[in-house]
Amino acid sequence: MKRQIPLALVFIFGIFHIFQYFVPHESSEWLYEFFLKWIYIIGIFALALGIWSLIRVSWDKVKHRRPNWPYALITLGGLFAMIIFGFDYFRHFFTAEGLQNYMFRAFFDYILIPIQSTMFSLLAFFIASAAYRAFRARSLLATLLLLSALIIMLRFNPYLGFFGDYMEKTASWLLNVPNLAAKRAIIIGVGLGMVATSLKVMLGIERQYLGKD
Amino acid sequence: MKLKILSIFCSLLLGIVPLAIAQENADTASVDSTAVASPAPVSQLTAVDTDNDHGHSISLKWEPSPDDGAGLKSVIGYEVYRAESPGGPFVIRAALPSGASSHIDVGAKEKESGDYMADYTDYYYKVRAITADSLVYSDSDVFGPVQCYGQWFNTGRIPVLVFVIGFMCTTILLIQKAKSGAKLFVRRLAGIEAVDEAIGRATEMGKPILYVLGLGTAADIATIASYTILGRVAKKVAEYQTRLIVPCYDPITMTVAQETVKTAYADAGRPDDYNEDMVYFVTQSQFAYVAAVNGTMLRERPATNIYMGLFYAESLILAETGALAGSIQISGTDQIAQIPFFIVACDYTLIGEELYAASAYLGREPLLLGSLKAQDYAKAAFIVLAVIGFLTINFGIDWFKQLFYISN
Repeated sequence: MKRQIPLALVFIFGIFHIFQYFVPHESSEWLYEFFLKWIYIIGIFALALGIWSLIRVSWDKVKHRRPNWPYALITLGGLFAMIIFGFDYFRHFFTAEGLQNYMFRAFFDYILIPIQSTMFSLLAFFIASAAYRAFRARSLLATLLLLSALIIMLRFNPYLGFFGDYMEKTASWLLNVPNLAAKRAIIIGVGLGMVATSLKVMLGIERQYLGKD
Repeated sequence: MKLKILSIFCSLLLGIVPLAIAQENADTASVDSTAVASPAPVSQLTAVDTDNDHGHSISLKWEPSPDDGAGLKSVIGYEVYRAESPGGPFVIRAALPSGASSHIDVGAKEKESGDYMADYTDYYYKVRAITADSLVYSDSDVFGPVQCYGQWFNTGRIPVLVFVIGFMCTTILLIQKAKSGAKLFVRRLAGIEAVDEAIGRATEMGKPILYVLGLGTAADIATIASYTILGRVAKKVAEYQTRLIVPCYDPITMTVAQETVKTAYADAGRPDDYNEDMVYFVTQSQFAYVAAVNGTMLRERPATNIYMGLFYAESLILAETGALAGSIQISGTDQIAQIPFFIVACDYTLIGEELYAASAYLGREPLLLGSLKAQDYAKAAFIVLAVIGFLTINFGIDWFKQLFYISN
């Protein structure tokens, strides 16, 4: 029974969503939106579980002084500080509540955003190191990849003159013909894979998410 | 004397008034002579309910004014008006540029909205051809009554329905074939075959295995496919008594992943080894999540990192950090833009659909293999159709392309 009910629900809602795609009527839309609201409701309850998980794992590290436990302490500190400022517990900050609270905004704008930008900027360095590994001409295919990459990178170089125009045309061809063809092939494969997986989930063939091996 | 002055004043007044009237008439005449002439109105105005929609919408068509771009060339645009009775009052619904010959009047479906457009209610339309002079225009004949209503079947999506039914039938047939004992060939997936080897390596090294489900939610197909692989990995990990770390981006994903790992441990006969803290929530902030996972990689130095699911810009940051930490890395995603990053930075990568094929490959169950073969047949059908499409279009045959046309 523990398995049958979820499987039956998955099947019913799966079939409903297939039909919904073909039924544009307002009642069908209303039902679809009604079900979507349940995702938000479940999400809110799940968020409580997620926060509890974070607190439990971090507190366990702090309590047992596991390696690198100060990081867990900072995590907990940050979590509770943002919650407290979000509720505007300390009225002496004389600001609005929630997202408009001065301290909440200060933490967000001057700590979180710069840290996130720093993480994102690492991408530039990682692209360079990944490119260095990828573009080593160890085989014919790797050499072709290297040449293609060079053409695409140099296409907007203003100092190449006439040669630059030729390179731009070649780069456009590389992007719009072989590259796009390969991308489309992958997209078709992904689409079919998605349909097949959805079908397997709906028919109960694929039920790993329920814990069945 | 007074009488004389009065008679002069009266005669002046009598003289000036007609003069002023004459002048006014002359002014009017001059305005008339320079005014924009009324353009010819639009003709053949028709309005019908919009096809394949939820209602609250009417589609209009008309023949543009002969003075639009030709004739007097005075029409600079059109205004669409709607009323609930033929006599009005008409309310402007849209202003369109010259040359326009159709418009879809879409109203709100919420009754509270000021723009609400009720279904099964009579509406009347007229289209006004306007000129540069706001006072000079021509109205079409009023068309109506016309009603809008929602449809119960979107005929524009028939090709999709045919494909879905065809694919479902093929899948079910192949599943039956596989169940009857027919051997179905499945090409090897190096990335999946490497999983066992990678878990063995982690066991030998006494280091954990890091499994990253990506940034998808539990509703994303890529994440669902990832759960299947996670289940298989967790079972092997339980058998080899290695440590598993699963940091999650989404709380619902975490809950499902916990259940998947817990059952895998039970299936492996080691339910007591399962610890809820193996699968934990980190944050729903993309780069904070990356920072946390990278930190785990550099501190714990896992022997193997497995990335399966939906990834965005964080893919390369994660994979490069894992490579720097010296871990064996296996990845799989259906995000086209991230696949090159994974190929460059990981040892094995499942490209696109291979992520979905992994469950069938791992399970080797007839039911799963049947669906995998159906995918292969569908791909073959797509190739054949693409070739036929290429040929027909190049030979100027259009009907074949129209067979696959999907509207909204």
